Amino acid sequence: MTAPFRKTFRKHGLALVTLLALAAAPFFGFGDGFALSLLARAMILGMAAVSLSLLVGGAGLVSLGHAATMGIGAYAVVAFDAAGVSEGLIVFPAAIAAAAVYALVTGAVSLRTSGVHFIMITLAFGQMAFFTTSSFSSLGGDDGYTLYARTEWLGSRIMDSRLTFHFLCLGLLALVWVGGTLLLGSRFGRVLRAARENPQRALAVGFQPYPYRLVAYVMAGAVGGLAGALLANATEFVSPALLSWTRSGELLFMVILGGVGQLGGAILGALAIVLLEETLSHLLVYWRLVFGPLLVLSVLFLPDGLVGAPLRLRAAFRFASPKRRSADA
Amino acid sequence: MPDPLLELHGLSKNFGALTVTSDVSLTVLPGEIHAIIGPNGAGKTTLIHQISGTLRPDRGTIRFAGQDVTALPFERRARLGLARSFQITSIVPGFTALENVALAVQARSGSSFRFLRPVATEKALNEEARAALDTVGLGRVADRTAAALSHGEKRQLELAIAIAMNPRLLLLDEPLAGAGPEETERLIGILRELRSRYGILLVEHDMQAVFALADRISVLVYGRVIVTGTVDEIRGHPEVRTAYLGEDALA
Repeated sequence: MTAPFRKTFRKHGLALVTLLALAAAPFFGFGDGFALSLLARAMILGMAAVSLSLLVGGAGLVSLGHAATMGIGAYAVVAFDAAGVSEGLIVFPAAIAAAAVYALVTGAVSLRTSGVHFIMITLAFGQMAFFTTSSFSSLGGDDGYTLYARTEWLGSRIMDSRLTFHFLCLGLLALVWVGGTLLLGSRFGRVLRAARENPQRALAVGFQPYPYRLVAYVMAGAVGGLAGALLANATEFVSPALLSWTRSGELLFMVILGGVGQLGGAILGALAIVLLEETLSHLLVYWRLVFGPLLVLSVLFLPDGLVGAPLRLRAAFRFASPKRRSADA
Repeated sequence: MPDPLLELHGLSKNFGALTVTSDVSLTVLPGEIHAIIGPNGAGKTTLIHQISGTLRPDRGTIRFAGQDVTALPFERRARLGLARSFQITSIVPGFTALENVALAVQARSGSSFRFLRPVATEKALNEEARAALDTVGLGRVADRTAAALSHGEKRQLELAIAIAMNPRLLLLDEPLAGAGPEETERLIGILRELRSRYGILLVEHDMQAVFALADRISVLVYGRVIVTGTVDEIRGHPEVRTAYLGEDALA
C-alpha cells in the first residue's frame, strides 16, 4: 500500500468496510424482506445522520431540529402522492428543494445565534414543522398517511424491488459520505472548520462565517430532504412522528455514538442504533432499560465514538503487552 | 511627508460613565513603527479594537489608506489590508501551522465557495504560506499542529498569519507578552525586518523593545494621548516620566 492510500484507509477504513458489508449483506443471509427493510431504514437514517454530522462535527452547529428536513422530504412525497403524482423526477427534486428552502429560511434566522441558543431555536423551528404537519388533515393529520404507491422513475416501478431499493440507498449513502468528506477538505470546508474552532481568527483574516455556515446548513437540509423522500418510500407510511424532536435527538445520538470527528461515524452510529433497537426490542419487553445504559456506557468509554474504537483498542492492547511494544521499536 | 496609512481623528469611546478613549488623533505612515505605550488600563487594547473594527467608536473617524473605514466591520477591514494580532494568542488550534497561515492566504486568493477540490493540495496557497512561515522562522514546524507549538512559536505563528494576509498595516497588540528573553530577541528581530514592508502600530509593555523599534511613540493615559514624539523626545518628556515611566525605566 502506498503511504497516502494507507493514511486514507486508516482514517476511513471502518466506514468503507461497513459500506462493503452493507453491499454484501443481501447475499449472506440478510436478503429477506424484513432484513432488507431494516437495513434500508438504517442506511436512510445514516444519510440524514451524515448530513447532521457535517453540521455538528464540521461546522460546530449542533442542530436539534434536523428531523424536520427529513419530515419535509417525506411529506413532499406524500403530498404528491395525494395529488396523484408519483414520478421520481418530479417528486425527488421537489422533496430536496422543499427541505433546502426550509433550511435556508430557518437557517438564516438560527445562524444569527450560537451555542445553546442555536440548539433551542433549531428545536423551536423543528416543533413548528411538527405541528404544521399534524394539522394537514388532508394528509392524515396526526394519524399519518399511507402511501398509495412507491415513487416511479420514468414510469418504471424499479423502487418496488427491495433489492434495487437496497442498492439505491447504499449508493446514495456512499455518495453523501464521499461528497461530505470532500466538502470538509475543500476551501469551503476549511473556512467552516476554522470558524468552528476559532471564529475570531476566521474574522481576523477576512472571513465572515455566516454565509459559509448558511450554505452548509442548506446542503445538510437538502440531504435531509433526500433521506426523507427515501424513508417515505421505504416505509410507505408517513406521520408527524417523523418530525418529532425525539427523532432529531436520535439523529444527534447517532452522530455522537459514531464519532463526531468523522462523517463515516454517523453511518456506523445509525446502523448500530437501528440494529440494537431492533434486536433488543425482540428480546425484551423493557428493552429501553438496557438500551439507555448501553448508550451511556458507550459515551463514557468511547469518547471518539465507534470510529475511534479500533485505535483506542489498539492503544489499550499495546499498553497491556509491553513486550509487543518493545518488539515494534 | 507621505500620505498617512492610518489616520485617527477625534476618536472617543465610553463604556457607561467610564471614558476609555478620549479624543484620540494619531497617524501611522507607511514603513513606520508607531508604538503606543501607557499604564495598565490606559485604553490601549480598546483603541486597537476600534481600529480593527471589533468595537465601534462613539465619535470620530478612522481613515485607512485614504478610505473612511469607521463603519466597516472587522472582516471587511481585514480584507482591505488591516491585519491585527491579539493580546491573547488567537490561532486555530486543530490546524497545522501551515494550514493556519494558508487560511489567511486563501482569504485573499479567489472565492472560498469551492466545494470539492482538496484545499490541502493547493500549491499556490501552501507556497505562500510556507514563505510567511519562513519569514518568522517557523518553517521547520510547518506541519505540526498549532496547539502543540510552544508559547513563543504561537506568537510567531500569529505574526506569520498577519504577514500572509499581505496587509498594508499591522496592528500588533503586545506581540511580546509572555515571551521569554530569547523569544523576545527573535521577535524583535522579525519586527525590525517587517518594518520596511508595512506600517506597524505596536502596543507593547516591554520598554526596551519599544525604544529599540519605534520611530514614533504615543503615550496614552486615561484614554487620552498626552504626547506623541520620537524615542528621545519621549524619554526626556517630564509629563511622561511622572505619568508612566518612572525614573528606573530610563536608567
